[in-house]
Amino acid sequence: MASKDVGSVEVLELGGTARKRRRRSGIQGSGGRRAALFLWPCAILLVLYIVYPIAFSLGRSLFDASGEEFLGLGNYIEAFSDERTLVAFRNNLVWLLVAPTLVTALGLLFAVLTERVSWATAFRFVLFMPMAISLFASGVIFRLVYDEDPDLGVANAAVVTAHDMFASSAEFPGAEPRDEAGMAATGDGGYRSAELVRPGEVVAIPMVGLRDSEMPEHAQQATILEPTVGELRGYLWRDVGSSGQDGAVGASEAGLPGVTVHAVRDGQVVASTTTADDGTFVFPGLADGGYTIRLPAENFAEPFRGLTWLGPGLVTPVIISAWIWIMTGFAMTFIAAGLSAIPREALEAARVDGATEGQVFRRVTVPLLSPVLLVVFVTLAINVLKVFELVYVVAPGSSQAEANVLALQMWQVSFGAGGDQGMGSALVVILLLLVVPAMLFNIRRFRKARSG
Amino acid sequence: MRMRKVSRLLVAVLAVTGVAACGSAGGGDDAADLGGQKLEVAGYWSGEEQKAFEEVLAQFEDETGASVNYTSAGDDLPTVLQTRIDGSTPPNVALLPQPGLVQQFARAGALQPLPEATRNTVEQDYPELWRELGTVDGEMYGVYFKAANKSTFWYNTGLFDEAGVSPPSTGEELAGVMKTLADNGIAPLSVGGADGWVLTDWFENIYLQTAGPEMYDKLSRHEIPWTHPSVREALEKMRELLAKDRLAGGTGGTLQTDFPTSVNNVFGDDPSAAMVYEGDFVGGVITSSTASVLGEDAQLFPFPVLEGGQRSAVVGGDAAVAFTGDAATKELMQFLASPRAAEIWAERGGFLSPNEQVNLESYPDELSRSIAQQLREAGGNVRFDMSDLVPTSFGATVGAGMWQDLQDFLGSGDVRKATADLETHAAEAFEK
Repeated sequence: MASKDVGSVEVLELGGTARKRRRRSGIQGSGGRRAALFLWPCAILLVLYIVYPIAFSLGRSLFDASGEEFLGLGNYIEAFSDERTLVAFRNNLVWLLVAPTLVTALGLLFAVLTERVSWATAFRFVLFMPMAISLFASGVIFRLVYDEDPDLGVANAAVVTAHDMFASSAEFPGAEPRDEAGMAATGDGGYRSAELVRPGEVVAIPMVGLRDSEMPEHAQQATILEPTVGELRGYLWRDVGSSGQDGAVGASEAGLPGVTVHAVRDGQVVASTTTADDGTFVFPGLADGGYTIRLPAENFAEPFRGLTWLGPGLVTPVIISAWIWIMTGFAMTFIAAGLSAIPREALEAARVDGATEGQVFRRVTVPLLSPVLLVVFVTLAINVLKVFELVYVVAPGSSQAEANVLALQMWQVSFGAGGDQGMGSALVVILLLLVVPAMLFNIRRFRKARSG
Repeated sequence: MRMRKVSRLLVAVLAVTGVAACGSAGGGDDAADLGGQKLEVAGYWSGEEQKAFEEVLAQFEDETGASVNYTSAGDDLPTVLQTRIDGSTPPNVALLPQPGLVQQFARAGALQPLPEATRNTVEQDYPELWRELGTVDGEMYGVYFKAANKSTFWYNTGLFDEAGVSPPSTGEELAGVMKTLADNGIAPLSVGGADGWVLTDWFENIYLQTAGPEMYDKLSRHEIPWTHPSVREALEKMRELLAKDRLAGGTGGTLQTDFPTSVNNVFGDDPSAAMVYEGDFVGGVITSSTASVLGEDAQLFPFPVLEGGQRSAVVGGDAAVAFTGDAATKELMQFLASPRAAEIWAERGGFLSPNEQVNLESYPDELSRSIAQQLREAGGNVRFDMSDLVPTSFGATVGAGMWQDLQDFLGSGDVRKATADLETHAAEAFEK
């Protein structure tokens, strides 16, 4: 019963007609000849544009780049031992496992949900719109969405905004003491004095890596402190070569205000203070003895700049997400068409029997829709196997090897790099072999739906 | 017209006095009247470059009366040419961007050797490198009409002033400038590491200096392996120059930055770095995509001389080749080899001629003159971009060969792995 409903989908009608025609021609001999007369233009086109190219590719795949030396299965063996091609295989597998399932599920969700709202057509129109954009253009859009720079890429802009709501950024990102200043890195991004200092001494810490325009407005000209008995004192200032001598406070060099400074003894923070507007700090009343002055990492932490979406690690999931955005509308439309063909009585009957909406969805709607879902799934799977433009456009050159898929590898081998069309043909044939089972499956479903 | 008469007279005088060295004034003076002849030239230039080149051709039309039609085939030039050769209707002249293409078409018997007069001009006026690049199996086929200097550092003058530094001329000075810039909170370099060719150009400049031209030639032909100590040394130098804390965005960010963005990082409205290294074409990007003014906000200096190295330059170039042997084509080749053809484009800007007879005064500004000057000063240490000399699958493929291996190297800094990878991929590519 379910399959009969599916039969009403337009696409399936075509398959059925061809079948009917063939059946009739089998029965009537003279009609068969007439049918052949009508069929030959189609047959010629089929041979010219489908059978011949496939046969040619098959033949070509057995030869080397120049097309002169016969290699047998050499290209195929190389394809399965080449590192780049193996990465492409792996990625195609990831695509195949993740993308069609997610798109079918999302399509189903949207189809069922939009059926319930009064603005269904408008919603579906919006969801279907990405399909109207070429894959290439969508790729360009997503390349920008996932740009590393938060000022350009909306994904990183969102991530950074969210992050900065919970963690305030440091006042002096990237600043560090001058190498000769007697400060050592603590390893976590902070710094400490290399030698112990005592109350009564003054610690001068020249800082570099700060841009003039990044200095806070309230920063004032740095002050050189004099030693005072009983007080451990010090000062931090922006030490640049262009204004005065390195390592000495120059005429227009400002102090670093608001830097947290710790006095550490035996690994314990015994006192903590922040620098004044002129960059000075004072620890009064410390017990006599040796202290380490520490500038904790939180003063200098680089601001969070978001994720490297298009780096080798995330690039494939990111491209898959773009594909999902594009294809969900397609899946939704087909599933919605199937949904409208489901007999209302079945749903009503279930509701009358006291089934909740969730149960109706799981026990009635989905089983009745399963043939459509399967067709959509398989169509998407075929589509996924030959994905090309998105990967080509979205992945930057430095991570394209990581994002590689078979179709892209085929194109690169044949036309991009030195033009080894023998190897390219071999990859095409492999791709064809991978798609064929899905196609056969779809064709068989069409037939069964018709006869069923 | 008057100019031509003058030069014709000059040739006559020189011929009488028996002085043969008149490269600059020679050229198409015996220009036959080619009225009614039609010529076709194919190249990959489009947009501004196409306009400039058409102006050059217009001069030839004026002089000879022939009509010349330029067609741009874009990046598909090799495919288009191959198809037309197969169909026996090649254009009369084509401009080829890679020496490999000159070889390929010459060996396939599709090219006409240069006529004697043109060969003489080239032998007199062009440095050895360009003559060799145009020669295949002892026969000269190509005239390098346009060159690109790929050894220029471009810097933001405002940021240099802010940090109080001036352009460095040695590797040591470069390191000092980078340190001062970093001390002032300015990222010294922006590198378009997402485009592999940017990194190969870096490597080539360093290698040409540290290993010398002879080794460079050997490595280009894969006569020494990529695991050779000289490669290791160059990579170590490269790692030092492109240290994480010297790059805008660190190494990770660099690998996500494409070439136009790297230029924008230095010359855009809110610059994040002070210098960008690449070829002379950076100038074009600055003009077209930023508000910076060449010569004022943007200046350049030649790739600094590294320790133990010599002033040298990595170049690219486009060779004019002839597919037909008729008189009009010969005349056009002779014209393209002459300095006056080059000077027309030079005056428009965005052009560099390998012809040493081209008057430096014909370059429109100080900046382009200095680029041309640098090329001449590098003398015998000029070498063609290595990635254009090796097989494409190794030298110019996204996600493979040199491009990918150097990107991986920038990320990891692992010299041993980089040399091993490069050697593996070079061996594969050269085997085919």
